[in-house]
Amino acid sequence: MLEDKDRIFTNVYGFQPWNLDAARMRGDWDNTKDLIAKPQDDIIEEIKASGLRGRGGAGFPTGMKWSFMPKESKDGRPSFLVINADESEPGSCKDREIIRHDPHKLIEGALCAGYAMRARAAYIYIRGEYIREAEVLQAAIDEAYEAGLIGNNASGTGYDFDVFMHRGAGAYICGEETAMIESLEGKKGQPRLKPPFPAGAGLYGCPTTVNNVESIAVVPTILRRGAAWFSSFGRENNKGTKLFQISGHVNKPCVVEEAMSITFEELIEKHCGGIRGGWDNLLAVIPGGSSVPLVPAEQIRHAIMDFDGLKELGSGLGTAGVIVMDKSTDIVRAISRLSYFYKHESCGQCTPCREGTGWMWRVMTRLETGDAELEEIDMLYQVTKQVEGHTICALGDAAAWPIQGLLRHFRPEIERRITERHAAFEEAAE
Amino acid sequence: MAARHIAPDTPELRERWGGFAFDAETKAKADWHIAKYPDGRQRSATMPLLDLAQRQVGRETDTQGWLPLPVIEYVASYLDQPVIRVLEVATFYTMYNLEPVGKFHVQVCGTTPCMLRGSDDIIAACKKRGMKPGHVSDDGLWSFTEVECMGNCATAPMVQINDDNYEDLTAERLDAVLDALAKGETPKTGTQEPGRHTSEPANALSSLKDMVTENHDYRGDW
Amino acid sequence: MPKVTVDGQEIEVPAGATVLQACELAGKEIPRFCYHERLSIAGNCRMCLVEVKPGPPKPQASCALPATEGQEIRTDSEMVKTAREGVMEFLLINHPLDCPICDQGGECDLQDQSVAYGRGASRYHENKRAVTEKTMGPLIKTIMTRCIHCTRCVRFSEEIAGVDEIGALYRGEDMQITTYLEQAAKHELSANVIDLCPVGALTSRPYAYEARPWELKKTIGIDVSDAVGSNIRIDSRGREVLRVLPRINDDVNEEWISDKARYQVDGLTRRRLDKVWIRKRGKLQQASWDEAFKAIAKAKPGKSIAAVAGDMLDCETMFAAKALLKASGSGLIESRQTGMDYDVSNLAAVNFNSGFAGIEEADAILIVGSNVRWEAPLVNVRLRKAAKRGAKVFIVGPEWEPTYPATFLGEDVAVLSNLPDEVSDALNAAEKPAIILGGGGFAAGAHAASVKIAHDFNMVRGDWNGFNALHMAAARMGALMLGFAQEGGIADIVAAKPKVLLALGADEVDFTKFEDSLKVYIGHHGDKGAHAADIILPAAAYTEKPGTYVNTEGRVQRGDKAVFAPGDAREDWTILRALADALGVDVAFESFHELRAAMVADAPALANEGAIADYGALAASVKGDAAPSGTIPAPIKDFYLTNPIARASVTMQQCSNELLLGEAMAEAAE
Repeated sequence: MLEDKDRIFTNVYGFQPWNLDAARMRGDWDNTKDLIAKPQDDIIEEIKASGLRGRGGAGFPTGMKWSFMPKESKDGRPSFLVINADESEPGSCKDREIIRHDPHKLIEGALCAGYAMRARAAYIYIRGEYIREAEVLQAAIDEAYEAGLIGNNASGTGYDFDVFMHRGAGAYICGEETAMIESLEGKKGQPRLKPPFPAGAGLYGCPTTVNNVESIAVVPTILRRGAAWFSSFGRENNKGTKLFQISGHVNKPCVVEEAMSITFEELIEKHCGGIRGGWDNLLAVIPGGSSVPLVPAEQIRHAIMDFDGLKELGSGLGTAGVIVMDKSTDIVRAISRLSYFYKHESCGQCTPCREGTGWMWRVMTRLETGDAELEEIDMLYQVTKQVEGHTICALGDAAAWPIQGLLRHFRPEIERRITERHAAFEEAAE
Repeated sequence: MAARHIAPDTPELRERWGGFAFDAETKAKADWHIAKYPDGRQRSATMPLLDLAQRQVGRETDTQGWLPLPVIEYVASYLDQPVIRVLEVATFYTMYNLEPVGKFHVQVCGTTPCMLRGSDDIIAACKKRGMKPGHVSDDGLWSFTEVECMGNCATAPMVQINDDNYEDLTAERLDAVLDALAKGETPKTGTQEPGRHTSEPANALSSLKDMVTENHDYRGDW
Repeated sequence: MPKVTVDGQEIEVPAGATVLQACELAGKEIPRFCYHERLSIAGNCRMCLVEVKPGPPKPQASCALPATEGQEIRTDSEMVKTAREGVMEFLLINHPLDCPICDQGGECDLQDQSVAYGRGASRYHENKRAVTEKTMGPLIKTIMTRCIHCTRCVRFSEEIAGVDEIGALYRGEDMQITTYLEQAAKHELSANVIDLCPVGALTSRPYAYEARPWELKKTIGIDVSDAVGSNIRIDSRGREVLRVLPRINDDVNEEWISDKARYQVDGLTRRRLDKVWIRKRGKLQQASWDEAFKAIAKAKPGKSIAAVAGDMLDCETMFAAKALLKASGSGLIESRQTGMDYDVSNLAAVNFNSGFAGIEEADAILIVGSNVRWEAPLVNVRLRKAAKRGAKVFIVGPEWEPTYPATFLGEDVAVLSNLPDEVSDALNAAEKPAIILGGGGFAAGAHAASVKIAHDFNMVRGDWNGFNALHMAAARMGALMLGFAQEGGIADIVAAKPKVLLALGADEVDFTKFEDSLKVYIGHHGDKGAHAADIILPAAAYTEKPGTYVNTEGRVQRGDKAVFAPGDAREDWTILRALADALGVDVAFESFHELRAAMVADAPALANEGAIADYGALAASVKGDAAPSGTIPAPIKDFYLTNPIARASVTMQQCSNELLLGEAMAEAAE
């Protein structure tokens, strides 16, 4: 188990105040000037060496992402850092804890990351529903300005760097980086076509990097303790510590920072008080937020909770939002409810997602009750395949995968419902 | 799960809201928001200004607030934007209420993590009190919406009522919160689970125990 | 020039080309709905998916993907076929499939592409989505349940028209296309969205349920509602023109036409002059052609005969009249009906020299007396492009709503002799400065001053000529090339007191000044000219005769005859030819072919169809006051009712009432 001294988010539960004085006592903003008193590329190299992979779901190496940003502005365009705090993936609730309980880690991280990628400012895009969280974050930003930590000559570095907060207003899709940029520009959150990628033309047409809150908030600690420290946790290619969020049918749902590559069993036993009703009562787990396929009980128990470990199981680490389902779960309804979510959150821009999410959800609601034909199971699978990989952004994939996971592992259950319903009707007709 | 609609453009609506303008407080905030974005990029402030406008309407009507068409037109002209572009934004994002709501907008998360923890009971409890989607209760107090994941999965199920969350709910705990609100009281926000602080394992803290009593600095152990 | 392979065929494509364009160069058809050459790339319909290596192992939207060196593109693979079938199926699940009652039937992209790329049957058994009807005004009929959300209409109104009035509200499968509060689309190009709409969501309201496309005869034509010379296709059935559509001409109208060009044609069947009339004892009475010609001959005009050409005339008609007068010994020909007398000795000084495509490149533009949106909507589209590229635009004259940032300098033309620093600085700094002199400017006597400004700011340099006259009459440049201008304008003709005045579709003449003349109106509509006439000879409208037109940039273009003129009406040149016989003079042509040959002999540039006539260098100065003063007038009071055809059109009348007067009335009511 990760030791407390190696936890980055020591105030994740908010037992202590979030404010600047308290944060400083915990080690934040401790001589930040020194942290970044080196060439930008050295910082990027350090982050690369730490093995940090994006914590927003896709797991793209953070240092490499930063290295795509221009080293100098040839045409006078500034660069921007956009921090993705639009945490809306069902099962994910970690950024909220960082923002409301440890906001200064995020702001300090913004400065470090912004400096490394030569950004002029950071815009923190926080989901609209995080209302109190946004109040805390804005107050923390105000404190940091007041203390000279950000703004002109930020932290005495001679570097000018602004941090602004922008609130969303209720749209999951804005968590997609180009939709977020559109939204920041005051438009509907509809993802852009790529190319061009944000590092070339993002916010206001300027080079932009979009990073998750957790990815940015761990940066100051990595720089303080060194890449070697961070990479001492987790398996190769899956380094570091990570906030796991366990919801659903465990005895003690919680958010907890753990080392990457911890096993599912250890995670649940150490922090969550075990599975509700014991391990034999476990049905399935969605290990990385709603967008990844579920993993049945027998495969998940000893699974290694990291990018590669869950990929091997046909699923993914995603945001490490672990949704646990015991045998009381109506598994078809649980996934059907996610299908409704994706239908509700589709931006409507591109055909397969706009039309496909509604179709998939409607079939799923019928599968819940067995009001379907057996052939429709295969048809539904084909429809998910017609959506997956055919859309502008990944929401189409995210809508398809949970259903594919369900069909892969629980097809007999669906068939049973259909057959039983047919039988009941036949009986009634007699 | 009701589809959203724009409140119809009627003479009464024009009569009531045609003269809408930001009050001094809202205007100051609006200009502060606009200043966050580069010159000529005031369109970026569309979302914060719609939120501010909705809140001002809320204050004027003693509700959570909503966005009548003349108010949307006001925001568009404030930002020098075509009104159709602002209306697109207002209809795209779910937090902008397009029709009048009650004093308390009870938004129950019904997505899978909350569903697994009993949001069906929470929704049923709301319905039992006469709440239904797209409808303001006769006493003007309650509006109800089933919303999608609110990011409180580890303290599910939950509702958001106006600006505050109430988590770790049961039907009884929700009733207590709603009763208190109806009485004009200010119930405790956040988790309703006795002994639980926020999102730690309830009454079974598994890490960071030092933090409970003091602002512990772990750097000494590095 | 990257090299790519498309289905195994190696091909070199221009730098900056997309994969879709590369496929087209290779002769492969790529289905699409949202992609349109003249709009920004949306990439939302997903119909144009192809397989591209290197790249992710999934199909790529070819419309948005740049073609790069070494790409292997496949349009014929199983992956592509499946992808197209899938997208097609999605597009159709919520489409009503009401093709039998849909006006788009027969020219519907969705219909055509579903036959070519669809799977043939649907597997969708849920309820279909229904979308409430949306009003978009008198021109655009909407059945939004058919909408496939390609957003072409949204992009058109925002990007091309510059009037942000169409949007996509809500999101996901509830997304709906609408104008704000379902107000009518209120700009001069609104109906182009009908052509852009790939399905039957936006169709033509006036043309609703009139015909199927395969029943229509399609004829190439030139629009005469303004001086742009938009290339049009005239769709007719029997003797009736049912609709007008744009033809693509990148140099002229690109792919658009104004609402007036499109919809004035229902005026072609109303208030028509289809009989010969002679005024007897103050009243017009029906007569025969023979009686009419005898009555004219009886006036014994000799050389005391004049001809005034109207605004919509073709060159052949004007040349036939000129030949008739010449044979009679008269040179009294004029086309500037309203009495203008600007100097036409140098045609370069009355021409739009930058060209429509050229003006897009201008970086500082001074407009003198022109409401470009109303006088030449498609030139306004070009100006918008120039402004988007950073051109500074200044306007002298009455205010109107440009679709781009522009500075108004007041209504007094005197400002031309004392331009504000802001203007002169911009013109001095510009690489391609331009001036546009419109009808209001000519009327206010700004011609000489404008030519002076062109020279003062060195607007003619290298291969750039920034002096531009923007006319409103389709006939103007052709008329001037044929010499239809007196030095003193129509006043010279009044002074000559002709015994016979031929008004050739001329409705704007002040006929009270011709009390003693026998006024013969040769035209097609019972409008002002016919009311003043002593003899009416029914003639053909622009859709009813072949003809040559020269637009305001000097471009020579030709239209064909789509339908026969109604009743006793005849093609104009045959009337003039018969009149020559009646007057006993010889015009030396017996056929249209001979007429055209004689015309070209007279003005050789008229032979070069599609080309811009060479008017030589811009004169150093023209006659007139170089420092005029006075208020610039607004010649067009109502965009929809500028000519006799439009005034007879129910649709144009309706637009005028609902879109212009309606707005004025609503304002007055407030």
